[in-house]
Amino acid sequence: MLTFHPNAVQQRGRVASALLFLVFLFLLGSFFRTQVLLGARFVLQAETNRLREVPLSAPRGMILDRTGKVIAEDLPGFAISLLARNEDTLRVMMRHIGEVVPVSAEQIGAAVRRFRREPMRPTVLFPDASFELVSILEERRTEYPGLIIQSSPRRHYPEGPAVSAIVGYTGEISDAELETERFAEYKPGQQVGKDGLERQYEDRLRGQEGARFIEVDARGRVVRDQARPDLEPERPPALYTNIDLDLQRFVYELFGDSLIGGVVAMEPRSGEVLALHSAPTFDPNRFIGGIPFDYWRDLQEDPRRPLYNKAIKGAYPPGSIWKLHTAIIAMEAGQVRINERMQVPCNGGFLFGNRYQRCWKREGHGDVTLAQAIEQSCDTYFYQLGLRIGLQNLVAGGLRLGSRDRSGIDLPSETRSVFPTDPPKEYYDRLFGPRGWSNGVVLNLAIGQGENSQTVANMARFYTALATDGEAARPEVVRGESERTRLFNITPEQLKQLQDAMAGVLSRGTAAASQLEGIAIAGKTGTAQNAQDQVRDHAWFAGYAPAENPKIVIVVMLEFGGSGSRAARMASRIFEHYLKQPTSFQVSTEEP
Amino acid sequence: MSQRVVPTEWPLVALALTLTGIGALMVYSAGQTDVPNFVVNLWKTQLVWAVLGVGAAFTVTRISVRFLEWASLPVYLGATFLLFLLLFIGEGAGTAASTKSWLAIGGVRLGQPSELAKIAVVLMLARVLSSERESAKGLMDLWRPALVAGIPWLLIMAQPDLGTGLVFIGIFFAMLFWSGVQWPLLVMAASPGISLVLAFGPGVWGAWFILLCALLAWKRPAWIESAALILANVAMGVVAPILWDKLNPYQQRRLLVFLDPSADPRNSGYHLIQSQVAIGSGGFFGKGFTIGSQKRLAFLPEQETDFIFAVVGEEFGFVGVAVILVLFCVLLLRTTRIAARSGNPFASLVAFGLTAAFFTHILVNVGMTIGLMPITGIPLPFFSYGGSFMLTCWLSIGILALVSAEGRGKADGLVI
Repeated sequence: MLTFHPNAVQQRGRVASALLFLVFLFLLGSFFRTQVLLGARFVLQAETNRLREVPLSAPRGMILDRTGKVIAEDLPGFAISLLARNEDTLRVMMRHIGEVVPVSAEQIGAAVRRFRREPMRPTVLFPDASFELVSILEERRTEYPGLIIQSSPRRHYPEGPAVSAIVGYTGEISDAELETERFAEYKPGQQVGKDGLERQYEDRLRGQEGARFIEVDARGRVVRDQARPDLEPERPPALYTNIDLDLQRFVYELFGDSLIGGVVAMEPRSGEVLALHSAPTFDPNRFIGGIPFDYWRDLQEDPRRPLYNKAIKGAYPPGSIWKLHTAIIAMEAGQVRINERMQVPCNGGFLFGNRYQRCWKREGHGDVTLAQAIEQSCDTYFYQLGLRIGLQNLVAGGLRLGSRDRSGIDLPSETRSVFPTDPPKEYYDRLFGPRGWSNGVVLNLAIGQGENSQTVANMARFYTALATDGEAARPEVVRGESERTRLFNITPEQLKQLQDAMAGVLSRGTAAASQLEGIAIAGKTGTAQNAQDQVRDHAWFAGYAPAENPKIVIVVMLEFGGSGSRAARMASRIFEHYLKQPTSFQVSTEEP
Repeated sequence: MSQRVVPTEWPLVALALTLTGIGALMVYSAGQTDVPNFVVNLWKTQLVWAVLGVGAAFTVTRISVRFLEWASLPVYLGATFLLFLLLFIGEGAGTAASTKSWLAIGGVRLGQPSELAKIAVVLMLARVLSSERESAKGLMDLWRPALVAGIPWLLIMAQPDLGTGLVFIGIFFAMLFWSGVQWPLLVMAASPGISLVLAFGPGVWGAWFILLCALLAWKRPAWIESAALILANVAMGVVAPILWDKLNPYQQRRLLVFLDPSADPRNSGYHLIQSQVAIGSGGFFGKGFTIGSQKRLAFLPEQETDFIFAVVGEEFGFVGVAVILVLFCVLLLRTTRIAARSGNPFASLVAFGLTAAFFTHILVNVGMTIGLMPITGIPLPFFSYGGSFMLTCWLSIGILALVSAEGRGKADGLVI
């Protein structure tokens, strides 16, 4: 048969062999491409296939007071997460878990949101699981292949409500926060400082998250718990504050439940914040692991606004504690001496144009010197002093003294104090219209009323300058560099005269009832009218002690607290506690 | 054939033994998963089948080519009958659970007759083609071989088993080529199939159609053949896609699943990706024997059968892949040489047909692991776990050794 002639067959054999050879060469080339050229990509894919990184929660740094007492710490806690391949699996897993432990619709929704943001991370279902919940699920662990129970430290504030104004609280990072650049490195489910020191020092408190690498198979079952050595989480060093926890607790107890207001206590030279309180308060421990709805609603609906920090966020007309500003502005300009009297003696008020401006004391203070006007808080005297200074200079001086500044305290969202801008004419034109105001505004400004609202912290800063040498110390909650700024330039003699007058406030003036045995306090009361309540004024006291060698500056503000002398009494208790360190002290929540 | 000293085709046997050994190792490795399952013990069964296969191959070398030629008709008829019977009593199992590819008696699965049918078709085709006076010149001359290959092919497609069907097509065209059919005629015979493959790209199909017309104009076959070819190509290339598009996606899916149940279209993408990841992550030297993570963690599907080559790629890397591919290539070059050197047309055709069967298996299986070929669920010779298949492979080796011993290669075979 011709077709099977050896030559013909040999020829076909050569063709077939060549084809074979080419096909195998092509196959080899393809494998070379997949394995060698694209190998790295597939190696990565295989690793992501097999390894799931289970984050080991970052412990947060401790927050300590000036002596090392604990303000905030981490307690052992548990988080329960799920490893799911896709959203459907996740939902099925949650449904299964819901058969043995309660899972709310909100928890499911939150978990799904977390999953969508970070599908390769175990999805947190219970960020702060109770021990009971953990033991129920631990028992049935084998039934839930993608279930991960891990330790997750729980934030705890041993002093709870006593420190809430300082420390703030932590919470799960929100979707809105996750979208900001600041939180670019954060992952859903992580805890983040929401307010107070927790927020201010987030970067220093945030620990380094660790990782456990677990190996999963194609069905998502955990095959090996530690496929690689763990990356240990790291706790940052403790954050030391200047807070005197003993004093802080005292202030908290002093306010009790009934009073509303704010307190800042500072070391006058360094600006160290010894205590800072806002009353009424809240328990930050209840905020951890999700705020219970009822508690949140109660806080929101409480007219006393517990969540509103009255020491740094609230700005209140300062009233008479601002009279020292007026006095200093006049003294700086050489417009008044300490023993100088005004043209019109106080007979209960002052007639300006066709308008009669009252002094707080109806029967009048008579003919008083500046020192006496400070002691007795005579409005009539300061109306005339304000007129002597003039609106332009009074506003410029007030601005120089920081009346439109923030204290610069290291706590988040401090309110800037309210004060007219320079030039005041433009400010008032803008506010009331060109014909809507008169120079009479200077009278109100001179006694700390009018367009003037100050935060407790900012007033405390100002009084550190009065207590020392004219340099104001920035309030520092956390131990660090102090920063002092010269506020005014009066002679040491003039400053001494003002300090003596402030001591007179306690020894014979408006706060005479608050003087202490053995400790000379200097300060100024304030009873500030406010727009919200015509009857109940804000009560202020700003002062320092001991008068001859100040160790502490205290500003107390009682919202709708009535008379400044009341604030002075509270301040005096704080002075006493701090300076005398009494061995036995009976807590009294009754109004003195 | 009175003398019993059969000169053995040692290079071929050595190659096949090496591949079988490595294959058994890979089946062993395929069983080494983190969550062990039934695969863990399959390597033992595989070894038993290999021993049986080698025994069968040895037995085959004891008979003669003449006997083989004589036996081809009954073997062919028997195999076809079994395939026919399978349509009624076939059972599904393993990777082809929904098909009727298994022959079982009393609940005991005996094997997959389609594997043996490959040899039967090779033998029968060889007998038919070698009995022709001269090689086919026109399409009409191909009716006898087409019938021989077509009947079992249709029965297999009805199981349905697209993979084995592909092997039959490979065998058919390879043996036509070996019988001396000129390439234009082969192209014409294959054209409807090519049209079907190219139908999904209208431009490509158009170019192909023009080429086909040019070929027809040059070769000028009988007009009725030309007309039939053009009609068949138009039907496959134009009408089929239109009909296809009119189907609902779920109907398309059903059709695809019908054509190839082992490749559930929803999962085939996943299979391919995982296979590629396994092979790609093996890199140059591989992850090491038994420790491929894709396989261990069950990301790799069908790791002991269809995707066993991905285990090779993952655990031995490109080096391992190259070694295996070279071994396969040398094996096929050797069998081609046996075919070319055999003085007996029937024996030569049988040898080349078996070569083609091996080649199709290797190309389709290895190609599909990295996405060069569609996923059809076709095993890799000497590697994929499976009794009938191992038996078939070794029977083929036995026949090839026999051909080598009796053909012109006898002299070579004596030289060890």
